[in-house]
Amino acid sequence: MTELIADIVSWVFIILGSFFTVVGMFGLVRMPELFTRMHATSVTETLGAGFLVLGMVVQAGLSLVSLKLFFILALFFMTAPVMTHALAQTALHERVRPLLTEDRRPPEGGPAGEGRQP
Amino acid sequence: MFTTAAIALLVAIGLAALRAIKGPTVFDRMLAGNAVGTLAILLLAVIGFLTGRPEFLDVGLTYGFLNLIGSLAVLKFFRHGDLAYDSGSEPKS
Repeated sequence: MTELIADIVSWVFIILGSFFTVVGMFGLVRMPELFTRMHATSVTETLGAGFLVLGMVVQAGLSLVSLKLFFILALFFMTAPVMTHALAQTALHERVRPLLTEDRRPPEGGPAGEGRQP
Repeated sequence: MFTTAAIALLVAIGLAALRAIKGPTVFDRMLAGNAVGTLAILLLAVIGFLTGRPEFLDVGLTYGFLNLIGSLAVLKFFRHGDLAYDSGSEPKS
Protein backbone atom coordinates (compact mmCIF):
# COMPACT_ATOMS: atom_id res chain seq x y z
CA MET A 1 0.00 0.00 0.00
CA THR A 2 2.71 2.47 0.96
CA GLU A 3 4.66 1.48 -2.12
CA LEU A 4 1.66 2.18 -4.31
CA ILE A 5 1.23 5.65 -2.78
CA ALA A 6 4.95 6.37 -3.18
CA ASP A 7 4.76 5.27 -6.81
CA ILE A 8 1.78 7.53 -7.53
CA VAL A 9 3.39 10.57 -5.84
CA SER A 10 6.65 9.92 -7.67
CA TRP A 11 4.81 9.59 -11.00
CA VAL A 12 3.10 12.94 -10.48
CA PHE A 13 6.37 14.68 -9.60
CA ILE A 14 8.25 13.16 -12.52
CA ILE A 15 5.53 13.99 -15.05
CA LEU A 16 5.44 17.59 -13.77
CA GLY A 17 9.24 17.82 -13.89
CA SER A 18 9.40 16.46 -17.43
CA PHE A 19 6.69 18.90 -18.52
CA PHE A 20 8.46 21.96 -17.08
CA THR A 21 11.83 20.84 -18.46
CA VAL A 22 10.48 20.57 -22.00
CA VAL A 23 8.51 23.83 -21.64
CA GLY A 24 11.63 25.72 -20.54
CA MET A 25 13.69 24.45 -23.43
CA PHE A 26 10.83 25.19 -25.84
CA GLY A 27 10.94 28.76 -24.57
CA LEU A 28 14.69 28.81 -25.20
CA VAL A 29 13.98 28.03 -28.85
CA ARG A 30 10.89 30.24 -29.31
CA MET A 31 11.72 33.47 -27.42
CA PRO A 32 12.79 36.49 -29.52
CA GLU A 33 16.07 37.60 -27.92
CA LEU A 34 18.71 36.77 -25.32
CA PHE A 35 17.21 38.14 -22.10
CA THR A 36 13.79 36.56 -22.58
CA ARG A 37 15.55 33.30 -23.42
CA MET A 38 17.42 33.49 -20.10
CA HIS A 39 14.07 33.94 -18.37
CA ALA A 40 12.68 30.83 -20.09
CA THR A 41 15.71 28.72 -19.20
CA SER A 42 15.31 29.47 -15.49
CA VAL A 43 12.03 27.49 -15.54
CA THR A 44 14.01 24.37 -16.39
CA GLU A 45 16.58 24.99 -13.69
CA THR A 46 14.11 25.59 -10.85
CA LEU A 47 10.75 23.89 -11.44
CA GLY A 48 11.91 21.17 -13.86
CA ALA A 49 14.96 20.08 -11.90
CA GLY A 50 13.14 20.52 -8.58
CA PHE A 51 10.20 18.28 -9.48
CA LEU A 52 12.41 15.65 -11.12
CA VAL A 53 14.70 15.47 -8.08
CA LEU A 54 11.67 15.33 -5.74
CA GLY A 55 10.25 12.41 -7.71
CA MET A 56 13.55 10.56 -7.53
CA VAL A 57 13.84 11.28 -3.77
CA VAL A 58 10.40 9.73 -3.19
CA GLN A 59 11.57 6.63 -5.06
CA ALA A 60 14.91 6.42 -3.22
CA GLY A 61 13.50 6.83 0.27
CA LEU A 62 15.60 8.05 3.19
CA SER A 63 19.12 7.10 2.14
CA LEU A 64 22.47 8.43 0.94
CA VAL A 65 21.09 8.62 -2.59
CA SER A 66 18.43 11.16 -1.62
CA LEU A 67 21.05 13.20 0.25
CA LYS A 68 23.15 13.34 -2.93
CA LEU A 69 20.06 14.32 -4.92
CA PHE A 70 19.43 17.20 -2.51
CA PHE A 71 23.07 18.26 -2.93
CA ILE A 72 22.56 18.34 -6.71
CA LEU A 73 19.41 20.46 -6.25
CA ALA A 74 21.26 22.85 -3.91
CA LEU A 75 24.05 23.09 -6.47
CA PHE A 76 21.52 24.10 -9.14
CA PHE A 77 19.88 26.66 -6.90
CA MET A 78 23.23 28.27 -6.12
CA THR A 79 24.96 28.15 -9.50
CA ALA A 80 22.05 29.04 -11.82
CA PRO A 81 21.66 32.65 -10.53
CA VAL A 82 25.43 33.14 -10.64
CA MET A 83 25.57 31.99 -14.25
CA THR A 84 22.55 34.07 -15.26
CA HIS A 85 24.01 37.20 -13.66
CA ALA A 86 27.43 36.70 -15.25
CA LEU A 87 25.89 36.02 -18.67
CA ALA A 88 23.60 39.08 -18.55
CA GLN A 89 26.41 41.35 -17.35
CA THR A 90 28.79 40.17 -20.06
CA ALA A 91 26.10 40.49 -22.74
CA LEU A 92 25.29 44.07 -21.67
CA HIS A 93 28.99 44.87 -21.60
CA GLU A 94 29.31 43.56 -25.16
CA ARG A 95 26.47 45.88 -26.32
CA VAL A 96 23.72 43.27 -26.60
CA ARG A 97 20.60 45.37 -26.02
CA PRO A 98 17.23 44.04 -24.80
CA LEU A 99 14.29 44.33 -27.18
CA LEU A 100 12.05 47.08 -25.74
CA THR A 101 8.61 48.29 -26.79
CA GLU A 102 9.08 51.49 -24.80
CA ASP A 103 12.41 53.05 -23.88
CA ARG A 104 12.24 54.57 -20.38
CA ARG A 105 15.96 55.03 -19.87
CA PRO A 106 17.34 58.54 -19.32
CA PRO A 107 18.26 60.38 -22.54
CA GLU A 108 21.79 60.72 -23.84
CA GLY A 109 24.29 62.45 -21.60
CA GLY A 110 22.38 61.40 -18.50
CA PRO A 111 23.91 59.47 -15.60
CA ALA A 112 23.51 56.17 -17.50
CA GLY A 113 25.20 57.43 -20.64
CA GLU A 114 25.82 53.90 -21.89
CA GLY A 115 22.13 53.20 -22.51
CA ARG A 116 21.74 54.01 -26.18
CA GLN A 117 19.97 51.99 -28.81
CA PRO A 118 22.49 50.82 -31.41
CA MET B 1 8.43 6.08 -15.06
CA PHE B 2 12.09 6.94 -15.41
CA THR B 3 11.91 6.09 -19.11
CA THR B 4 9.39 8.94 -19.51
CA ALA B 5 11.72 11.35 -17.72
CA ALA B 6 14.69 10.20 -19.83
CA ILE B 7 12.76 10.73 -23.08
CA ALA B 8 11.62 14.20 -21.95
CA LEU B 9 15.19 15.14 -21.01
CA LEU B 10 16.49 13.93 -24.37
CA VAL B 11 13.86 16.02 -26.19
CA ALA B 12 14.86 19.04 -24.06
CA ILE B 13 18.56 18.48 -24.86
CA GLY B 14 17.64 18.37 -28.57
CA LEU B 15 15.82 21.71 -28.31
CA ALA B 16 18.76 23.30 -26.47
CA ALA B 17 21.14 21.97 -29.13
CA LEU B 18 18.91 23.54 -31.78
CA ARG B 19 19.30 26.93 -30.07
CA ALA B 20 23.05 26.37 -29.74
CA ILE B 21 23.30 25.80 -33.49
CA LYS B 22 20.93 28.63 -34.49
CA GLY B 23 21.85 31.24 -31.84
CA PRO B 24 22.62 34.61 -33.41
CA THR B 25 25.03 35.77 -30.70
CA VAL B 26 27.72 34.02 -28.74
CA PHE B 27 25.71 34.47 -25.54
CA ASP B 28 22.74 32.52 -26.88
CA ARG B 29 25.11 29.65 -27.52
CA MET B 30 26.58 29.97 -24.02
CA LEU B 31 23.09 29.90 -22.53
CA ALA B 32 22.15 26.83 -24.55
CA GLY B 33 25.40 25.08 -23.62
CA ASN B 34 24.79 25.77 -19.95
CA ALA B 35 21.25 24.41 -20.24
CA VAL B 36 22.61 21.26 -21.90
CA GLY B 37 24.98 20.86 -18.94
CA THR B 38 22.10 21.14 -16.45
CA LEU B 39 19.97 18.65 -18.40
CA ALA B 40 22.91 16.25 -18.70
CA ILE B 41 23.23 16.15 -14.89
CA LEU B 42 19.52 15.36 -14.56
CA LEU B 43 19.80 12.72 -17.28
CA LEU B 44 22.74 11.14 -15.44
CA ALA B 45 20.65 10.90 -12.27
CA VAL B 46 17.69 9.41 -14.16
CA ILE B 47 19.92 6.87 -15.92
CA GLY B 48 21.35 5.94 -12.53
CA PHE B 49 17.84 5.09 -11.33
CA LEU B 50 16.99 3.37 -14.61
CA THR B 51 19.92 0.96 -14.36
CA GLY B 52 19.88 0.69 -10.55
CA ARG B 53 23.34 2.17 -10.16
CA PRO B 54 23.11 5.43 -8.15
CA GLU B 55 26.89 5.96 -8.32
CA PHE B 56 26.22 8.19 -11.32
CA LEU B 57 25.09 10.92 -8.91
CA ASP B 58 28.69 11.61 -7.89
CA VAL B 59 29.62 12.08 -11.53
CA GLY B 60 26.69 14.47 -11.86
CA LEU B 61 27.83 16.60 -8.91
CA THR B 62 31.36 16.86 -10.31
CA TYR B 63 30.00 17.75 -13.72
CA GLY B 64 27.90 20.52 -12.18
CA PHE B 65 30.93 22.20 -10.64
CA LEU B 66 32.96 21.81 -13.84
CA ASN B 67 30.07 23.31 -15.83
CA LEU B 68 30.00 26.40 -13.61
CA ILE B 69 33.77 26.95 -13.69
CA GLY B 70 34.02 26.39 -17.44
CA SER B 71 31.15 28.75 -18.26
CA LEU B 72 32.52 31.49 -16.01
CA ALA B 73 35.98 31.14 -17.60
CA VAL B 74 34.50 31.44 -21.11
CA LEU B 75 32.44 34.49 -20.09
CA LYS B 76 35.50 36.14 -18.55
CA PHE B 77 37.39 35.52 -21.76
CA PHE B 78 34.62 37.10 -23.85
CA ARG B 79 34.41 40.11 -21.57
CA HIS B 80 38.09 40.90 -21.18
CA GLY B 81 39.72 39.00 -24.03
CA ASP B 82 42.16 37.63 -21.49
CA LEU B 83 41.80 34.94 -18.83
CA ALA B 84 44.52 36.50 -16.65
CA TYR B 85 42.76 39.88 -16.59
CA ASP B 86 43.39 41.84 -13.39
CA SER B 87 40.49 44.11 -12.42
CA GLY B 88 42.83 46.37 -10.44
CA SER B 89 44.82 47.41 -13.51
CA GLU B 90 43.81 49.72 -16.36
CA PRO B 91 40.51 48.72 -18.06
CA LYS B 92 41.14 47.59 -21.62
CA SER B 93 37.95 48.25 -23.57
